[in-house]
Amino acid sequence: MNIVVCVKYVPDATADRRFEDDFTVDRVGVDGLLSELDEYAVEQALQFREKREGEEITVTALTVGPEKAVDAVRKALQMGADSGVHVVDDAIAGSDYLGTSLVLAKAVEKIKADTGADLVVCGMASTDAAGSVVPAMLAERLGMPQVTLASVVESQGDQVRIKRDNEGSTEVIGATLPIVLSVTDQSGEARYPSFKGIMAAKKKPLETWSLTDLGLDADQVGLSVAYTQVEDTTARPPRTAGEIVTDEDGSGAGALVDFLASKKFI
Amino acid sequence: MSEVLVVIDHAEGEVKKPTYELLTIARRLGEPAAVFFGSPEQGDAVAEKVKKYGAAKVYVVDDAQIKGYLVAPKAEALQQLAEKTGPAAILLPSTFENKEVAGRLAIKLGSGLITDAVDVQEGGVTTQSVFAGNYTVQAKVTTGTPIITVKPNSAAPEEADGAGAVESFAATISDVAKTAQVVATQPRQSTGRPELTEAAIVVSGGRGTGGDFAPVEGFADSLGAAVGASRAAVDSGWMPHAFQVGQTGKTVSPQLYVANGISGAIQHRAGMQTSKTIVAVNKDPEAPIFELVDFGVVGDLHTVLPAATEKVKERKG
Ligand SMILES: Cc1cc2nc3c(=O)[nH]c(=O)nc-3n(C[C@H](O)[C@H](O)[C@H](O)COP(=O)(O)OP(=O)(O)OC[C@H]3O[C@@H](n4cnc5c(N)ncnc54)[C@H](O)[C@@H]3O)c2cc1C
Ligand SMILES: Cc1cc2nc3c(=O)[nH]c(=O)nc-3n(C[C@H](O)[C@H](O)[C@H](O)COP(=O)(O)OP(=O)(O)OC[C@H]3O[C@@H](n4cnc5c(N)ncnc54)[C@H](O)[C@@H]3O)c2cc1C
Repeated sequence: MNIVVCVKYVPDATADRRFEDDFTVDRVGVDGLLSELDEYAVEQALQFREKREGEEITVTALTVGPEKAVDAVRKALQMGADSGVHVVDDAIAGSDYLGTSLVLAKAVEKIKADTGADLVVCGMASTDAAGSVVPAMLAERLGMPQVTLASVVESQGDQVRIKRDNEGSTEVIGATLPIVLSVTDQSGEARYPSFKGIMAAKKKPLETWSLTDLGLDADQVGLSVAYTQVEDTTARPPRTAGEIVTDEDGSGAGALVDFLASKKFI
Repeated sequence: MSEVLVVIDHAEGEVKKPTYELLTIARRLGEPAAVFFGSPEQGDAVAEKVKKYGAAKVYVVDDAQIKGYLVAPKAEALQQLAEKTGPAAILLPSTFENKEVAGRLAIKLGSGLITDAVDVQEGGVTTQSVFAGNYTVQAKVTTGTPIITVKPNSAAPEEADGAGAVESFAATISDVAKTAQVVATQPRQSTGRPELTEAAIVVSGGRGTGGDFAPVEGFADSLGAAVGASRAAVDSGWMPHAFQVGQTGKTVSPQLYVANGISGAIQHRAGMQTSKTIVAVNKDPEAPIFELVDFGVVGDLHTVLPAATEKVKERKG
């Protein structure tokens, strides 16, 4: 059995994230890393393997992104994934949901043909665009059951059950492998790479694929053929400094309520 | 005028406020046609409500074949409805589930998708608030039928007369769409307070509550507010995950957000930074949350909030 875990390389949320002149995200000038929420996906993939002692299971980390995005795959290899795939091609830059999900789906299909793809694990959202749509779109394109936003994952044989928090309810979702799974940050803390893991990662196979390797043409993806177009981006003006009072002998409550009343909240 | 499909947000036929916001927005793009996934018996009652906000038609899609499976059947039904009606746009309330429906629908229709819009103007230009609220983005769908998911509180609902003509729509759901089964559903118990994402006022508590949410809840109730929590409070088991505000919880955009004992981490900000007015109570004057506030009190929430609650009650009489 082979598990594919999709990991995205994103600009560091604590750095000064910004847009380029063509309104695409600056993915080169700002330090990047493996999207924190995808660490939970790697963790669940590894746990799936570890819980099934005696079964032959491998984990392949897959990313689509610029040169530096290979760092996201490396981190997954350090955590314990067995092999990595980095899809990189200038033509992919600026892809929207449709373009990104297409490239990912083609890459999963190629991995499937080579080593199998019995389980595809994603994070609940990227930490930059935070769409939370790519896993569902992957399931649509791959024709696999969509089992997404899991806070708890359980499996037995080829049956997988998850707990999913919906808007007004909690649901249990069940499906039969192969599936596309996405997991939330409630699913369990992700492990840190060990020293041994970091050393071992250097020897693990890591492939680089272009669009051609996936049988895609440059005019099928990327900014120029996007289904959506960004017309403008604006940095939010800095908030004007608010009034800050220090509570002394109960003065804080009075000042707070006066403020709320002045704004007509009471 | 072309139809604009608006997916109704409801719980067992109780129409929720974001539906009226979407119908208001839809009128900028064409003639609103509401889509009700639910029991046909409730169709007429739902139509009575949505026609007051300009719905010319109400497509009732019996969800008997749909609700037992995750996401995929809804996307199929909407595809069939869109192919029949050729709408000018499709609007959905921005919930996790609807975003996934929209994603699959975008592939099926070969159409562009914009998620989490906080505004949609005439001509279909959307506004998104991104990077934890530090940027706004103006974007447009350029290919296919624009599919747009819209966040709660993106427009003030405005009434308008609509015909509200009920039309039942029979969707055909394929077997591939029925592969992720809803094995069990447990509705969340109502707190009796406003819904977190829809509320005009949200009062939240963090690690600084030390696990005692009574001051936060008391203050919330005096203001008629919803209660929220930071992840630290949720991870400590003090509040259920459904109350979490932030990157991996709910995004809220109320008129007033009151953060109590919350430091203001970037992941928390991502869920509340677009609130109109922000207030914080925190005993640390250096807490980053104070960078965001319109008004802040440096003090202990366990004394400030109960006193403030009393004062609010006095004023309200
Ligand atoms: C601020 C902003 C707003 C955007 N809004 C839109 C929009 O409204 N419409 C639109 O069509 N596009 C939009 N985009 C572009 C879109 O975000 C990209 O196509 C992006 O690559 C995929 O979306 P996501 O990051 O939101 O993924 P999500 O759906 O949040 O990702 C979920 C999971 O999918 C997997 N995944 C996603 N991307 C990759 C990847 N490159 N490599 C490996 N795994 C991956 C990961 O497991 C991840 O956890 C936006 C981009 C930005 C920066
Ligand atoms: C991938 C990821 C996703 C995340 N998603 C979210 C999310 O969705 N939402 C979220 O909130 N966080 C999220 N976090 C966590 C986030 O980084 C912070 O750890 C969290 O928001 C901290 O919660 P807090 O402010 O309650 O606690 P702390 O940071 O510990 O702050 C507690 C504050 O309370 C104050 N305080 C203490 N006692 C009192 C008192 N008696 N009276 C008044 N003030 C007092 C302190 O001065 C301090 O400022 C995420 C983190 C990661 C890595």
